Amino acid sequence: MGFILVQILTGLSSAASLFLVAAGLSLIFGVTRVVNFAHGSFYMLGAYIGLTLVALFGDLFGRGHLAFWSALLCAALAVGAIGALVEIVILRRIYRSPELFQLVATFGVILVIQDLTLWGWGPEDQLGPRAPDLRGAIMIMGEPLPRYDLVLIAAGPVVLLLFWLLLNRTRFGILVRAATADREMVGALGVNQAWLFTGVFFLGSFLAGLGGALQLPKGGANLLMDFGVLAAAFVVVVVGGMGSIAGAFLAAVLIGQLQAFGVLFIPQSTLVMMFLVMAVVLVIRPFGLLGRPELVGQGRQMLDDPLRPTGWRFKALALALVALLAAAPLWLGDYGLVLLIDILILALFATALHAIIGPGGLVSFGHAAYFGGGAYAAALLVKYAGTPMSLNLVLAPPAAALLALAIGWFCVRLSGVYFAMLTLAFAQIVWSVVFQWGTVTGGDDGLLGIWRSPWASDRVAYYWLVLACCTAGILALRHGLHSPFGYALRAGRDSPLRAEAIGIDVRRQQWAAFTLSGAFAGLAGGLYAYAKGSVFPNEMAIARSFDGIIMVFFGGVQQLSGPLAGAAALTWLKDILFRLEMWRLLLGLAVIAVVLLFPQGLAGFLKARFGRFFGIRPELSA
Amino acid sequence: MTTRRQVTAGVPRLAAIAALLFTTGSLAAEPIKIGDINSYTRMAQHTEHAKRGMQLAIDEINADGGINGRVIELISRDDAGEPGEAIRVAEELVSREGVDILTGTTLSNIGLAVASFAAQNKVLYLAAEPLADAVTLQGGNRYTFRLRPSTYMQAAMLAELAADNPATRWATIAPNYAYGQEAVAAFKAIMSERRPDIEWVGEQWPALFAIDAGAEVLALSAAEPDAVFNVTFGADLAKFVREGADRGLFEDTFVVSLLTGEPEYIDPLEDEAPEGWLVTGYPWDKIEDPAYVEWLDRYQAAYDDYPRIGSVVGYNSMLALGAALEKTGGDTDPEKLVEAMRGLEFETPQGLLTFRPSDHQASLGAWVGYTTVEDGQGTMRDWYYAPGEKYLPPEEMVAKLRPASD
Amino acid sequence: MTGAVLEAEGLAKSFGGVQAVKAMSFRVAPGEIVALIGPNGAGKSTCFNMLMGQLRADAGRVRVLGEDVTGWPPRRIWQKGVGRTFQITQILPSFTVRENVQMALLSFHRRLFDVFGRARLAHADAAAALLERVGIVDLAERACGLLAYGDLKRVELAVALANRPKLLLMDEPTAGMAPAERLALMELTSSIARADGVGVLFTEHDMDVVFGHADRIMVMHRGTLIAAGPPGEVRDDPEVRAVYLGHSLDAETVS
Repeated sequence: MGFILVQILTGLSSAASLFLVAAGLSLIFGVTRVVNFAHGSFYMLGAYIGLTLVALFGDLFGRGHLAFWSALLCAALAVGAIGALVEIVILRRIYRSPELFQLVATFGVILVIQDLTLWGWGPEDQLGPRAPDLRGAIMIMGEPLPRYDLVLIAAGPVVLLLFWLLLNRTRFGILVRAATADREMVGALGVNQAWLFTGVFFLGSFLAGLGGALQLPKGGANLLMDFGVLAAAFVVVVVGGMGSIAGAFLAAVLIGQLQAFGVLFIPQSTLVMMFLVMAVVLVIRPFGLLGRPELVGQGRQMLDDPLRPTGWRFKALALALVALLAAAPLWLGDYGLVLLIDILILALFATALHAIIGPGGLVSFGHAAYFGGGAYAAALLVKYAGTPMSLNLVLAPPAAALLALAIGWFCVRLSGVYFAMLTLAFAQIVWSVVFQWGTVTGGDDGLLGIWRSPWASDRVAYYWLVLACCTAGILALRHGLHSPFGYALRAGRDSPLRAEAIGIDVRRQQWAAFTLSGAFAGLAGGLYAYAKGSVFPNEMAIARSFDGIIMVFFGGVQQLSGPLAGAAALTWLKDILFRLEMWRLLLGLAVIAVVLLFPQGLAGFLKARFGRFFGIRPELSA
Repeated sequence: MTTRRQVTAGVPRLAAIAALLFTTGSLAAEPIKIGDINSYTRMAQHTEHAKRGMQLAIDEINADGGINGRVIELISRDDAGEPGEAIRVAEELVSREGVDILTGTTLSNIGLAVASFAAQNKVLYLAAEPLADAVTLQGGNRYTFRLRPSTYMQAAMLAELAADNPATRWATIAPNYAYGQEAVAAFKAIMSERRPDIEWVGEQWPALFAIDAGAEVLALSAAEPDAVFNVTFGADLAKFVREGADRGLFEDTFVVSLLTGEPEYIDPLEDEAPEGWLVTGYPWDKIEDPAYVEWLDRYQAAYDDYPRIGSVVGYNSMLALGAALEKTGGDTDPEKLVEAMRGLEFETPQGLLTFRPSDHQASLGAWVGYTTVEDGQGTMRDWYYAPGEKYLPPEEMVAKLRPASD
Repeated sequence: MTGAVLEAEGLAKSFGGVQAVKAMSFRVAPGEIVALIGPNGAGKSTCFNMLMGQLRADAGRVRVLGEDVTGWPPRRIWQKGVGRTFQITQILPSFTVRENVQMALLSFHRRLFDVFGRARLAHADAAAALLERVGIVDLAERACGLLAYGDLKRVELAVALANRPKLLLMDEPTAGMAPAERLALMELTSSIARADGVGVLFTEHDMDVVFGHADRIMVMHRGTLIAAGPPGEVRDDPEVRAVYLGHSLDAETVS
């Protein structure tokens, strides 16, 4: 009995930090409709700044309660200020853009903060300071419970109560609630919306910082904290219902208990559990436990140009490019070919993803699952069936398509941010299954020895194979978008009402497109596995999905040739930056700059600049 | 902060090159390039020191005239802790930088990935740090050698003392990935063989670097073990130690813990380092062997910092490669290097070491002892150096597990 | 009673306790043009959305060409031969004018999952003919996102005609247009309806349009039909006059 009670209390205490982070995330989303991917970074900053301030205040005022707790509070305030700064400098400019822009911009912020933290505090893990007088445990029904857990258990309800008072008893709170219910209304009330949003960002970031600072006595600070908490915080926000603080509390408690009892019964699958719960909740209640459907704002759509036939000049250019690429082994060194193979494969992946994001109008945040799915399909075939390369490359796309078919069935029932979150959740499920099912998938050791067939073992031969497959794949995808099927997909994005009114089942169209996109991503994955001779769970991880999105974004969401340009640009940029110190900072700044300054992307820019010569010009996309 | 991406020429190395130019005048001699792949951003507490160790050895070799008049050049790359990235970096090092030898690597899965790459591309690869047995056994190949004592060897060292403990109810906790699983399996196998009366009452598998320490400690206590075998490390270890101490898990429990005595892991715990755990580690300031003390002085003079286990491994890895290159007369042909490495003997601060021809595992050992706190800092007591050759996997095991290769 | 293209029987819908539509029953015959009018909030749009399947009715039945389509999704009702235009135009902005019509034609010919053909080349002549019919063939290659509002209304009409409908549901077809354009569009609609025998049900605020083109007028007030009949009859209905007292009905019909 005592054991179970203490286990419950332990679950509650580990829910506290999670709740604080999730509450901030949910608040920001509720008011501004921005999904702040950088929220995990604010949590990490709270921990690092807290660490420094505890030491500093300890030196200044002695190591008492006052110094310790005021240091944590000041750390949270500092993080709040940083959050407000990010809002003012970056996000304020893109509220009216599609949600993809905000996602990408906050991802840029993650990269920047990662490197700045590394630069400021160094790479070593830091052990957190203990809270004064709270070492050791108290006994509850004969079982020990660490004293500091009591602080954490109290923190959740206290913050929830303060929140309630703030939202119901202050003018700021009334405005926040009004904005959460109806964003347009705030403007109508004559409120300075800009400052309301900044205030909300301050508060949300403050909570994340507080969460990071409060967990210091339980652990410390390290550079992996940001992504670590991000995934969990998203699960909590989505399960609770985006925009609902009470929902976040409920979900945090649920997840906390799940973890606490999960390790007792299924200690090996801690990763899978959380995402499985999220998927189950979203399938049953698509808007979370306490969420409301009307909150799912589709960001303003950017208008694409109609698909015009390209002139002979453009076709000649494309042909010349392919010819140039085919001749690459003649003028490029070994490493150049390695890079080109990567670029071609990623271009195919990005083109497949773009079909869903651009013409499909659905931001898939988990496309790495199908890229990795294809890669693993090929690798598993090698390992367990011993089938030859050519067969495995043929089988990889249908395998990935099957995965996309199953996952897509759940996901296309939602749209906007919820679609993004659900695809992410499913990708994480796939990733964690691959990661933790070591006996079959090799776990994080990956699968090695994916040798190419003798006829393609030479790098040049394989390069030509990749060039042929990727060119064919990209052309097929391009043709698909020009086909009646592709038009129907775009129709569903342009106007779901109209599409339905002319007999188009938008979801079915999206489902089929998602599956097809998964197939091509799978082909890219299969080719990648043979290019590298190995497969690892990272090919399915969030970072790979992000890579895809950034490639699509760099190239220009509205242009069919965008992904090609994006893949080339990103791979090339990474190759240059990679050898520099603080490359993530530079990449992050580049990402933010593209969002703010070149929203039309590389291909959009080229189209505006040189399109006339090729008989194409921006009509709506400019 | 030093550059993590690419090693810029350190001052001592420049001096060495200058010295070479003046003494031998071999202007045209191309440097011998060694590519170092390490998790400089993910496992910085380990890898920064490994690089210092490698650089110190290279500086000394070069100052001594290099290999047949050619200097050794180290080109370092970060793998971000991801095996896929390591493969990419390996490709870049080999095909663009033209390195002759690959080395470094910290995490086990990266070691295995690079080993596979080495076999595919026929490049000599000296796995300096990764512990997984598979690097030299199941995943072993002609081109891959390993320096540090493997999981099996370290588990064997610990089991030797652990078997003397009267505890019969054992529980384990390990990060849920290959290294953790392998370590637990190896320790269980060796212990059960020595002590058939042992009962394994529970195992916990927290996700790597995502431990929910409170719940894990509770779950362990629920199994009521007399002894616990721990494999968690880094940030997970710190959280585990704190929760375990607060909740009294360690009060009457004998703990055996892999690697916890290494400065990389015990130093961040400061005065909260556990008392009386049986660990493998590296009591850097207590070893009194003259060769070691002399090396320690050189190291501290060069870096104004004390060495970690990474420094020892990094330094010895370059000594090994230097010796192999001496043996081939500076020839970097991979086949000749492989032949030179097999059975190679090289003198180190830890004595004369060798690579066993049958599995390419070096005979470097580890320090085994008990943790304690001195002057508010964790360290080791009652320790001794367990020489690697005593704990190598038995030849039958090698024959069974290692794929046949020439 | 056979022959009706549309029959509604006891349609009802409430939102959180408020009865938006109460037991509506009516029918539309082939070739007949029926206007559904009423003050704001009378329940016209709710009624429309139930007919088209956008909203699920609490009670009642909808029959199209004699078949019970209650609870069908909009796309199935469309397949049955119902074209629809929206109060706020719903066209596909990133398509050209012709492609908008082609899209509807592709759907009509059940080619939505054709991944081999080229949409741009499909049913081009039929699309051109429809555009010709609504008088915007010269705009065929323009992107819809750039079109004037009046032209968009015509595109919608062309799209709605693509499946050779037996019934057109038009929610305020002339809203936001200049007076001359309004009359021209309704002129066009009635001529098509009469030529092809298409039944038309439309809502409208402009009484000139209503009384100028409807064969029959139904007046809704607070969720129920208070009057229905030929324009002259409805105009003189005392209840209607009471409802519209001070509204445009007086002002515009008197003139």
